Amino acid sequence: MAVSKAKSAAPDARLAAIISPVGGKWASEARKSALTRLHDMGLPTRRDEYWKFTRPDELTKADATPATLLETDEKPVFCDIDRLRLVFVDGVFDPDISDQMAMEHVEIEPLANAAEKDIHWARDIYGVLENSGQSPVNRPLAALNTATATQGMVIRVTGKAPRPICLHYVRTSETADAVVHHIVKVEAGGDVTLLENGPAAARINKVLEVDIADGGAFHHVRTQGRDHERRAAAHIFARLGTESSFKSFSLTVNGALTRNECVIEILGDNAHATIAGAAVGDGKTHPFHQDDTVFITHDAVNCESRQVFKKVLRNGATGVFQGKILVKPGAQKTDGYQISQGLMLDDDSQFLAKPELEIYADDVACSHGSTVGAIDADALFYLMSRGIPRAQATDLLVLSFLAAALEEIENEEIRKDIFGRLEAWIERHRN
Amino acid sequence: MLKIENLQVKLEEEDKQILKGLSLTVPSGEVHAIMGPNGSGKSTMSYVLSGKGGYEVTGGSATLDGVDLLAMEPEERAAAGLFLAFQYPVEIPGVGNMTFLRTAVNSQRKSRGEDEMSAAEFLKVIRAKAKSLKIDAEMLKRPVNVGFSGGEKKRNEILQMAMLEPKMCVLDETDSGLDVDAMKLVAEGVNALRDGKRSFLVITHYQRLLDHIKPDVVHIMADGRIIKSGGPELALEVENNGYADLLAEVA
Ligand SMILES: Nc1ncnc2c1ncn2[C@@H]1O[C@H](COP(=O)(O)OP(=O)(O)O)[C@@H](O)[C@H]1O
Ligand SMILES: [Mg+2]
Repeated sequence: MAVSKAKSAAPDARLAAIISPVGGKWASEARKSALTRLHDMGLPTRRDEYWKFTRPDELTKADATPATLLETDEKPVFCDIDRLRLVFVDGVFDPDISDQMAMEHVEIEPLANAAEKDIHWARDIYGVLENSGQSPVNRPLAALNTATATQGMVIRVTGKAPRPICLHYVRTSETADAVVHHIVKVEAGGDVTLLENGPAAARINKVLEVDIADGGAFHHVRTQGRDHERRAAAHIFARLGTESSFKSFSLTVNGALTRNECVIEILGDNAHATIAGAAVGDGKTHPFHQDDTVFITHDAVNCESRQVFKKVLRNGATGVFQGKILVKPGAQKTDGYQISQGLMLDDDSQFLAKPELEIYADDVACSHGSTVGAIDADALFYLMSRGIPRAQATDLLVLSFLAAALEEIENEEIRKDIFGRLEAWIERHRN
Repeated sequence: MLKIENLQVKLEEEDKQILKGLSLTVPSGEVHAIMGPNGSGKSTMSYVLSGKGGYEVTGGSATLDGVDLLAMEPEERAAAGLFLAFQYPVEIPGVGNMTFLRTAVNSQRKSRGEDEMSAAEFLKVIRAKAKSLKIDAEMLKRPVNVGFSGGEKKRNEILQMAMLEPKMCVLDETDSGLDVDAMKLVAEGVNALRDGKRSFLVITHYQRLLDHIKPDVVHIMADGRIIKSGGPELALEVENNGYADLLAEVA
């Protein structure tokens, strides 16, 4: 994508304010080149095709809009799951309230420490996958992240991790504007589950780069926090080797603005990638705008990718899906599946979808579908005719609509936890 | 006792009258059959009784044991003891059959002020009932009616009826599309529920079903009303001569 002069001039205030952090061996190089990239691209504006459905203003403006802290007595997600918990407070890692960063087959280090060391594998990932994901579409917010992040985790997995690693984000400040950048290297035969939960900050810019070597497996389940006014731009960049597996699920419940971008490059044969999401939004008391933007590139033989996105919207809530499957020449026997569906609980809400396929190989099976609809009246009547009250019958149908996305979560315990959150949300948001 | 008096129903969206003064009484403990040509309004009657939207009642009444059915929400009618076995059971992907049935049973109990059934108790009861209808455990786990054959869907309706133990069962062409064995199974399921108090209104085109579920009264419905009522011999007459003679009689 060409860079126009007008565009780079737009969000100058933010760009001018950016200073790359001092210090850092490999990191300082990566930050410098990301900053150059960013200045070349400019920050996104409303005129960008890629931001047609989502206004980037709140994500690009110089200062984050404050967001009220949510008061809740709900237990945090994943709290009953045996996990290694790493806590970030307003986007800053706090070792004192975190678990020991030691686990069999796993090396974990905060980005700030790792940046000062000569870690060759980190150098090959940090900002590298992000840079590769800048083509054919620019993702300036991710470059901004690489250029400025000092917080995050650097994780290397050499075997089967005995329990999930959980990045637990808590908020204490109404104004925190956080930038967090994690990198994960799954070595050959490595297998790890990464959990993320919590709202992170009033505004969070998060990047997760995942490099999965041959035969490695990466599972990812995140929830993005129930704080109504928070805003988030999250990018995942994944690179898949031969026979590797990548599975990521996101739950978005509330939030004034959420933009989740996921860029997956399948480079090794017989690999599998799944990206799924469930979003529920009720614009009654606060605006809700949630955007999943996915780009999957198949550049190997006999690989499978799945995109499954479900959004339940009411009272003026907006859901967006932009999903593309690119099958490169020679990527034969590709099996690409993409489904995005919006369930409207009223006439005020909107679901905007742009599914795309671009295929340069002849022996592939790709399917995509996008639907938007209301609760099925016949199904509702059937349930009610058996004695189930309308509200409860509606809840059952909403949950059944979301079920296909949740089924992409492999671990049953985690899936049940997520299901419980949705159940609770739906109950809180009955008409 | 189900009492329908001079019921008049039109479509909400169009000016089309479907039920044109339907009257019918099913005393408790009795089995009544309704036969009638396609399009005479049999399904409409069963939908209106159970509270489906899209219809407008323009006159008449329907009560169950003196309680006005038409004033209630569908779930309240169910809790009051009305059950409809659908002519076309609805598929609901994502909702497990078991979850659905347990939610239904407990919703009804709750609304009647009774204790909910525990998961263990529910499992025990449903397993026994499913077995007698030859519904295997796998079918109970699947989403409601999804991927069920025609016969499986109808047996699933009878299973729901058995679990909910209604006072008044309306069966809308439950025998259509069933082979002889499946029909026997359904009939046995119905007969097992006959206890001298529970009433049945069986909508059917075929004498065959009525060989197994012996009706006390047979009604013939045409063009939105009952045109003739009689004993079981009326069903035989329809079986042998069709509706033409009966229709000619009232014309
Ligand atoms: N929702 C509807 N929309 C349009 N026509 C309807 C609808 N429901 C019923 N009808 C019409 O009403 C008449 C009676 O239908 P129905 O009750 O299904 O008859 P039966 O069950 O006796 O075959 C038919 O002419 C049918 O086309
Ligand atoms: Mg019918």
